Amino acid sequence: MDDERAAPATAVLVNGQRREVRTERDTALLYVLRNHLGLKGTRFGCGLGLCGACLVLVDGLATYSCDTPLWAVQGKEITTVEGLGTADQPHPVTRALIARQGAQCGYCLPGVIIAAVGLLGRNADPSDEEVRVALDGNLCRCGAHNRIVRAVLDAAAELRAAPEATA
Amino acid sequence: MNPRPGDWLRVLPAGVIELRPGKVELGQGVLTALAQVAAEELDVSPARVRMMPAVTGLSPDEGYTSGSLSVQYSGAALRLVCAEVRGRFVAAAAARLGVPEDKLTVADGQIQAPNGRASSYWELAGAGLLDQPATGDYQPKPASAYRVVGTSLPRLDLPDKLTGRPRYTHDLSPDGLCYGRVVRPPSRGATLARLDPAAALALPGVVTVVRDGSFLGVVAEREEVALRAAGRLRADASWERRPTLPDPAGLPAFLRSAAAETAVLAERGGPPAPGQVATSIEATYHRPYLAHASMGPSSATALVSDQGTPRLRVWSHTQGVYPLRAELAHAVGLAEDDVTVTHVAGAGCYGHNGADDVALDAALLAMAVPGRPVQVTWSRADELGWAPFGPAALVHVAAELDSTGNVLFWRHQIWGNGHSTRPGSNPSVALLAAGHRAGGRDIEPAAEPPMSRGGGAGRNSVPGYDFPAYQVVNHRLLDMPLRTSALRSLGAFLNVFAAESFMDELAAAAGRDPVEYRLACLADPRARAVVEAAARRSGWGSWPRAESAGHGIGFARYKNASAYCAVVAEVAAVSEIRVRRLTIAVDAGLIINPDGAANQVEGGAIQATSWALKERVRFDRYGVTSDSWETYPILRFTEVPAVDVELLPGGGNPALGIGEAAQGPTAAAIGNAVYDALGVRVRTLPLTGENVLAAMPD
Repeated sequence: MDDERAAPATAVLVNGQRREVRTERDTALLYVLRNHLGLKGTRFGCGLGLCGACLVLVDGLATYSCDTPLWAVQGKEITTVEGLGTADQPHPVTRALIARQGAQCGYCLPGVIIAAVGLLGRNADPSDEEVRVALDGNLCRCGAHNRIVRAVLDAAAELRAAPEATA
Repeated sequence: MNPRPGDWLRVLPAGVIELRPGKVELGQGVLTALAQVAAEELDVSPARVRMMPAVTGLSPDEGYTSGSLSVQYSGAALRLVCAEVRGRFVAAAAARLGVPEDKLTVADGQIQAPNGRASSYWELAGAGLLDQPATGDYQPKPASAYRVVGTSLPRLDLPDKLTGRPRYTHDLSPDGLCYGRVVRPPSRGATLARLDPAAALALPGVVTVVRDGSFLGVVAEREEVALRAAGRLRADASWERRPTLPDPAGLPAFLRSAAAETAVLAERGGPPAPGQVATSIEATYHRPYLAHASMGPSSATALVSDQGTPRLRVWSHTQGVYPLRAELAHAVGLAEDDVTVTHVAGAGCYGHNGADDVALDAALLAMAVPGRPVQVTWSRADELGWAPFGPAALVHVAAELDSTGNVLFWRHQIWGNGHSTRPGSNPSVALLAAGHRAGGRDIEPAAEPPMSRGGGAGRNSVPGYDFPAYQVVNHRLLDMPLRTSALRSLGAFLNVFAAESFMDELAAAAGRDPVEYRLACLADPRARAVVEAAARRSGWGSWPRAESAGHGIGFARYKNASAYCAVVAEVAAVSEIRVRRLTIAVDAGLIINPDGAANQVEGGAIQATSWALKERVRFDRYGVTSDSWETYPILRFTEVPAVDVELLPGGGNPALGIGEAAQGPTAAAIGNAVYDALGVRVRTLPLTGENVLAAMPD
């Protein structure tokens, strides 16, 4: 990528690590994460902040990375789904989703997990309805919604019982 | 067909079974179900089974993964193959150990003799046992011996997909990857009149601009550059636009009047003698075009070799690697042997979406940069605006009844486009970009597959009830203003909505209970059992009467030959229709993975609820206008009903496809529940406030 050398360098803080990327400052965070940093868990769905597939946490707040320019996250802490756990040691929300088999194609799930983690960060004991409202910006086409909601409630209960379980 | 077991699987010395079925993962969990079938027959732990992606040249050619047929057919084939593999290994072990075959037992690939001696699949793996043609002499296990089949094995692919490991087509990042974008015409039938690519080409990081007739694309070193360059090209291109689409307000009239080929799909008996008929009732139902609306827009990566004979490699989330290979070879002028298509998972696939189209986009751009892999991902607007749609249609049902309201004669007529323009279906290249290239031809109107294969528009148009006489007629449109193709359940969605709504209309006219009315003309015990189970489980008839609340039932046996499904819907109809609960009973015979099957039914029912309540492709005379989630809304978390699924015992019956069974019955149950709540029969989908209002008597 010869042209990349010509692009300006910008430092970003992702999953606890300081990384430098070379791209224009108005590049969407989504492409920085997926292509420059190889973090493919954050997904393109619509590019307009309407489906939630691209959600990441920016300073703990669920944020659409597809319409957030790189310059807007300077000095902020970004957490992607890769920063929440691994297949061997998944985050409690992810573990609950696997236990509930709360997915079909799985494409929307990282965004759902980010939204759920964001919710549980501000409400440790949400109701079924509160989980649905929190996830209303996440679209799922396969119809896994009810399993997802049950998994988030399971994870909330687990985290209340053992708060240190957060990866 | 697939003569060698070695074409399907390999046994690796490391204790792994590598399985390469021709079917592909669409998000439905089929690879997990097939792994269970293989593990069962081989007597190995499912953890040892590694599912390999379908690749042309290596995998058996199983055509398309579609029609809820994978478990039914591929599962059955795999069962025979694995039984033979087990048998051959046991025979080889018997010879090696000097013990009769019937004294050997197999546990997790270990072949054990009573005298303590043992061998294993892994030890015998190098012996070439799987290279000989299959004999078919080995009997699969009886279902009574199953230990893995029938259990809810967790999906094999979910841990990676849920923790962000690269598992999708969109995630491929081979060395030297560049990114392509296609600039689609601004409307249907628009042609590229003028283009000044200079500004796009001048952007740092742009590799090339490709123009071929009205096909326009760009290749760049970085994805963000490809997006900017595509925007630049869009601004610097002039198109000639012309209206090619019917007036959207007159869609039903268009469907009814367009040139069509009329065929009788099925017939039994003839019209009754006039003296027998007490009353005649008729009604017309309508569905709009529906979009696949997958969460991940279509994506593909292509690489053209830069040395020797040009060879094309494509990575795609297609439903059929072999048919796509043939179509791509035809499109780019290569021999099929010089094209390889590898399946990589995409986002959820519910039929013929843009997966095959984007593969040609990527191939055409890759031809311009030999030696560099090119990844093309569609925009959301292209996905909602240019992928094939499930066809709009009209269904007219008429019945002649005796004095107790029983059907003497039933006539079901369909008007609409066909449901398949898949690769291989068309004399021209049935891929979007092919029609935009110089000299390209439009994709021809979709055909109607025979009813013996489940039909297309005609799917589930034959009454599932024991009527003494019926006739089913299809008017297949010969004009295809918007490209239509297979979307989950094809014509069954509207045919079941129409027939099951009409059954309720007949029951209401006769003053009879909808469940009783159906059971009175339903002899098949499996059909009766799902209707009775859904009614019982939902507490049919015992609900307290509540303002604006209603219940309805819908039933069908998918394709008249696959899974039986009955749905009871509970709705609340205030300012808009909300579905509160769906209670579903399904009989799909042998179930490989009960939780996976339930997940498919739940998902199908929720998707059908979304179609029934909200979805409609919008267009004007020039093009599709519903190209974002704002203009093509789908059901959200706060709108999703509770879904309760009961899988009836298999009763020793073979496995039947389950993935599409709930679509039609769900829509019908909702429509019938709306009638129960409001006393208004809404025959036009979706069941929006607007359509409910339009259906109210003046």
